[in-house]
Amino acid sequence: MFDKFPTMARADLLHIRKTLDLGFRDFSRAYGDIIESLFDPLLAFLIWFERLLLHSPWWLVLMVLTGLVYWGSRSWKLSLGVLICFLAIGYFGMWDNTMRTLSIITVSTMVSIVIGIPIGIVMARSDHARSLITPLLDIMQTMPAFVYLIPVVMLLGIGKVPGVIAVVVYAIPPVIRLTNLGIRLVDREILEAADAYGANSWQRLSGVQLPLALPTIMAGVNQTIMMALSMVVIASMIGVKGLGQPVLKSITNQYFTLGLFNGLAIVVLAILFDRVSQAYAKRTQKYMGEVSNA
Amino acid sequence: MPETIIEIEGLYKVFGKKPKSIMPLIKEGQGKQQILEETGHTVGLKDINLNIRRGETFVIMGLSGSGKSTLIRHFNRLIDPTAGKIKVEGVDIMKLSPKKLQEFRRHKMSMVFQRFALMPHWTLIKNVAYGLTVQGIPQKQCLEKAKAWLKTVGLAGYEEQFPSQLSGGQQQRVGLARALCTDAEILLMDEAFSALDPLIRSEMQDQLIGLQAKLQKTIIFITHDLDEALRLGDRIAILKDGELVQVGEPVDILLKPANAYVRAFVKDVNRARALTVETVMKPPACRITAETIGEALEQMKKHSDNYAYYVTDEGYQGVVLQETLEKAAATDKDHKLASKHIEDIPAISPGSILEAVIPETLYTDYALPVVDDKGDLCGELSRISLAEVLGEMNVDQSASLPS
Repeated sequence: MFDKFPTMARADLLHIRKTLDLGFRDFSRAYGDIIESLFDPLLAFLIWFERLLLHSPWWLVLMVLTGLVYWGSRSWKLSLGVLICFLAIGYFGMWDNTMRTLSIITVSTMVSIVIGIPIGIVMARSDHARSLITPLLDIMQTMPAFVYLIPVVMLLGIGKVPGVIAVVVYAIPPVIRLTNLGIRLVDREILEAADAYGANSWQRLSGVQLPLALPTIMAGVNQTIMMALSMVVIASMIGVKGLGQPVLKSITNQYFTLGLFNGLAIVVLAILFDRVSQAYAKRTQKYMGEVSNA
Repeated sequence: MPETIIEIEGLYKVFGKKPKSIMPLIKEGQGKQQILEETGHTVGLKDINLNIRRGETFVIMGLSGSGKSTLIRHFNRLIDPTAGKIKVEGVDIMKLSPKKLQEFRRHKMSMVFQRFALMPHWTLIKNVAYGLTVQGIPQKQCLEKAKAWLKTVGLAGYEEQFPSQLSGGQQQRVGLARALCTDAEILLMDEAFSALDPLIRSEMQDQLIGLQAKLQKTIIFITHDLDEALRLGDRIAILKDGELVQVGEPVDILLKPANAYVRAFVKDVNRARALTVETVMKPPACRITAETIGEALEQMKKHSDNYAYYVTDEGYQGVVLQETLEKAAATDKDHKLASKHIEDIPAISPGSILEAVIPETLYTDYALPVVDDKGDLCGELSRISLAEVLGEMNVDQSASLPS
C-alpha cells in the first residue's frame, strides 16, 4: 500500500479546481468593472505621462532627462554618458519604445514607493505586523509572475493597469523590507534622546527615524527600480507596450540582433535609474562623510 | 534642609517575559541568580528608595551591570518599573497619560547621553534647539536661544557644523547645551563623561561644576568612576547588582563605607584629593579671647597644649605660645596682648582639599588653624589627624573615624 503516494481522488480535485475557478470568474464578472474603475485615475495618469514623453519634442525630453540626471548626481560625466546613450537609442529607432518603458517604470516605482514606505513603517513599528507581512513579501518575490498575472488579467483584462500591478507586486518587496530594516537600525540612544525631550510619534518618525533610515530606504528604492525593469518583458505579455514587446517578438522569431538592441536599451535605462538614485542618496547623506574628508 | 524634588519608593524592575509574576519570588527573598536560573527573568533593580533634593548633584555610582543606566531611565520613564512609585515634585509620574508624560519630558527633565545621541543629520544649532523645536516654539526663537547656549558651552561659531565634524568632548558639550536649552529643572546625565578621554573628562567636570554653581539645577549623574562621583556629587548612591548599597555624602562614603563592597571601592581613592580640610579638622583645642597677658596665661593653663589661637571680635589673629606669654608676664602681667606676642601662623580654609595644605601642615609646629571666609576660627588641623586620614590604616579604624 506504500507503493503509491496516497492522493486525493481525481474527482474531488477537479471539484476544488472548478469551484475556485468558477467562483473567481463569477467574482470578476460581478465586480471586475467596479474594480477596474477604481484604477481609472491611475490609468489616466499613466496615459498622460506616456503621452507627455512621446509627444514632447525629443530634444526637449533629452534636455529634461539630462538635467534631472545632473540635478540628482551633480556629475557632468554621468550626465554626458546618459545623453550619449539616449542619442544612440534614438538613432537605432528605439526612442518611442524607450519612452513607453520609461513611463511605466517611473509610474510603477512611484506607486511602489507611495505604498511601500508606509507599509515598511508599519512593519518597523510592530513586531506583530512584521511577522504577518514578511511571509507575504516572500510569496510576492518567489511566486512566478505568470501565476499572479492570471487573476489580474481575469479581473482587469490586458493593458497598462494590470501591467503596473504586476510590476508593483514583483518590485515592491525591497522598498518595504529596507524601509523596515532602516528604521529598525536607527541608533537606540538617538531615539531615546527624541523620547527624552518629549517628541511625539510623528516628530520621532519624520525628524529622526525616516531621515536616519534614508540611506537604507534609498537602497530599497534602487532595488525596486531594478526589479521593475526586469519585469518589462513579462509585462509586455499582457499588453504593456515598450521595449519588452520587441524582445518578446525576437524570442518567438529568433531575431537575435533585435533582442540584443532592445535589451541594451533596458540596460541603459537601468543604469540611468541606478546611478541617479544612488548619487542622489549619497548627496543627501553628505553629513555622514564629512569626517573622512576632513 | 532643601525640599525633596524626586522621590522613589520601593522601585523594582524585572526584565523578561512576565515580569509581574516574578515579584512574589523576589519578595520571598529569592536571589537574583536563582530567579534567573529558574525563571529566565533578570532582576534589574531591587527595592530602590531614594530622595533627591532640589538643587543637589546626586551621583548614582556602580559598575557595569549594576543597573545604574536602568535606574536613570526610570526618572523620565524611558523605562517603566515593574513595581514602585516615582514622584517628581509630588506628582506620581506613573499615573501620567502619554500626553501628560510628553509634556512632563518636555518641560521638567532633560537628558545627556553617554554616546551623545546627537542627531547626525542636523547642524549643531538645530541639535541644541531640539528640545524647544519639539515643544513647537517658533524656529527663530529656538535658534536664538540655542545659539546663546552653544556660546555658553564654548562652541560659539560652530552653529552650522555637523556633529560628525566634532571631537567627542565637543559633541558632549553640544549634548549638554541641548539639555540646558529647555530650561528644565532636572538634568539627567547618563555616564555623560565616560566616553571621553581623561583630560577632556576633567575639563567637562570643571565646566559642569561651574555651570551648576550658576544654574542650581537638580542633577542626577550616573558614573562608574568613583573619583568623578566624589568630585561632582553632593550625595552619592552606590548601586550593586540592582540594589542600593549606600547613600550618603562623599565623606561618608569614603570614611564610613557601609560594607566590604564599598570599602573595596574606596580603597584606591586618593583621599588627599577627595577630602577637604573641613571633613578632617577637629574643634580648636584652645582659643584665647583675653585682653591682657595675665588673663591669657590663665586661659591657656586650663589646656594641656602649650599654644593657643588668639581670637578677637574681628576673628582669628594668630597663635600665641605659652613660653612667650610667660616671659612677658614676668615683666608686666597687666600689659595688653600685642602683635609682638603673637606668632603669625597662616590659616587654611575649610574648603581646601587636603593635598593643598599638606606642605603647610608639615612645616608648622602647631596644628594649623582653620578659618572660614568670614574670618572665624572653626577648627584645627594637626599633622596627626592628617596622617590618620591619609596614612595606611586598617579598615576598622577608618570606619570609626569621626567625619
